[in-house]
Amino acid sequence: MSALLSFRNVWVEYGEKIVLERVTLDIEEGAFVSVVGPSGAGKSTFLRLILGQEAPSRGELLLDDAPLRSECNPDRGVVFQRYSVFPHLTVLGNVLFGIECGGAPLTARLFGERRREAVAQATEMLEAVGLAHSLDAYPAQLSGGMQQRLAIAQALVKHPRILLLDEPFGALDPGIRLDMHALVTRLWQEQGLTIVMVTHDIHEAFKLSTRVLAFDKRRHDPHAPHRFGSTATYDVPLERKTRAMREAAIPAELLPDDPDILQEEEQK
Amino acid sequence: MTRIINIRPKRGTRLLLGLAPIAIILLAYMLVSEARHAANPVDKVLPTFGAMADAALRLATMPDPATGQILLVADTMASLSRLGTGLAIATVTSLILGLMLGIVPMARAIAGPVVTIIAVIPPIAILPILFIALGLGETSKIALIAIGIAPYMTRDLAAQVSGLPVEQYLKAQTLGANSWQLAIRVALPQLMPRLIESLRFSIGPAWVFLIAAEAVASDVGLGYRIFLVRRYLAMDIILPYVAWISLLAIVADVLLLRISRKAFPWAHGDAR
Repeated sequence: MSALLSFRNVWVEYGEKIVLERVTLDIEEGAFVSVVGPSGAGKSTFLRLILGQEAPSRGELLLDDAPLRSECNPDRGVVFQRYSVFPHLTVLGNVLFGIECGGAPLTARLFGERRREAVAQATEMLEAVGLAHSLDAYPAQLSGGMQQRLAIAQALVKHPRILLLDEPFGALDPGIRLDMHALVTRLWQEQGLTIVMVTHDIHEAFKLSTRVLAFDKRRHDPHAPHRFGSTATYDVPLERKTRAMREAAIPAELLPDDPDILQEEEQK
Repeated sequence: MTRIINIRPKRGTRLLLGLAPIAIILLAYMLVSEARHAANPVDKVLPTFGAMADAALRLATMPDPATGQILLVADTMASLSRLGTGLAIATVTSLILGLMLGIVPMARAIAGPVVTIIAVIPPIAILPILFIALGLGETSKIALIAIGIAPYMTRDLAAQVSGLPVEQYLKAQTLGANSWQLAIRVALPQLMPRLIESLRFSIGPAWVFLIAAEAVASDVGLGYRIFLVRRYLAMDIILPYVAWISLLAIVADVLLLRISRKAFPWAHGDAR
């Protein structure tokens, strides 16, 4: 098995209500997977499964061929749409937090030489996301885009096996969003990340990823709509964006034909 | 015409408007007091400002012949030490309990109902129990203050902790934080501004419990003094004491707010 993360016939049920059914797929190392689909199609549930916030009611998840424990751990980093950073810590403090938790189990604070090393490491990460100039600012002083940059730096400093992005750019202005696309693409290339991103924006999904998963209900019972769950109805590999061609970011005009179909799906 | 909800007084005007009712109340008191003194020169119910100033000065500077202490100072020290100790015990208890209740679901399951039940007991109602169990000394007064406000603060702080966005808890875990690290680095610091705010709200009730306890059984203290001189209808002492207690409460409130703004700038929007 070469897959980094495997879903094996995964179901998520809340009592009578079935959210996800029969999800079986593998995610390769180095992939940039986008997850799209209408509201309530289980995109977020899919992400929460990988994050460990939720457990499947049937089936199993494997990370590096070992069963995934349903608890958040440093091997899976996350950036949420909001509340991803700690408001009481400075920019530097937010990124240091992860290093400090790993380095000092009891105090979660580092001192002396170890702190200097951690600060250097955190600063380097903040330079990579373009926040080196506001190390001492508090998140409330940052714009929405800068807060998300901070959240990404904070997650990456722990070198997670998978980076999960939950509508990371949903609350940002279009211009800022483009900057963030460039940033995420660059970090993904430079650091060889594996990314799973949930998004509402179909163009964003096709622009950034190497693979797009569209979640929806395959079957529909009009009398009991909750009795059928969603699954990956489309699984589109984007060959144009294999590793060899990562450098060439694909502009929106090169979107394949599928998005239109998917968009109609979404508008329903 | 501009709607009344859109008329915003400027800083100077606001100050003047705020002072006006206070000036009117003082003036009205003065007029009524003078009228009563014109009818009965030895009236005790509404003493003149002059008489109150005399009494206050006497209490604040002249040693009491019986004890040799300056009464206002002795009363203030006694009351503030009871209040401070009670508040300190309540603060520490509620901080630890609130943190645990807010973060650890097991702790919430065990201690939640007990705290809720204790919180609905009117504290003054258990004052006799405290006097019987702990005696008439300092302990029972301090205990009343602590028991009176700790449950409220505990519940307030627990609600604050569990009200933190779930994203923060998840994020901290993905950054490798264990439960303890999460408590001291994520929840505790974000709880501190609320702790001070909660304390500010609790000072009012704390004074009520203190004065009640002092009124029932004490030999020194601000509450003791006003209930003592009530027997002699000594309004010229009671009113300055009430003003002094209010001043102390205001100073404590302003001080706590200053501390909070200074120590936790991120919580007050000052940084924005």
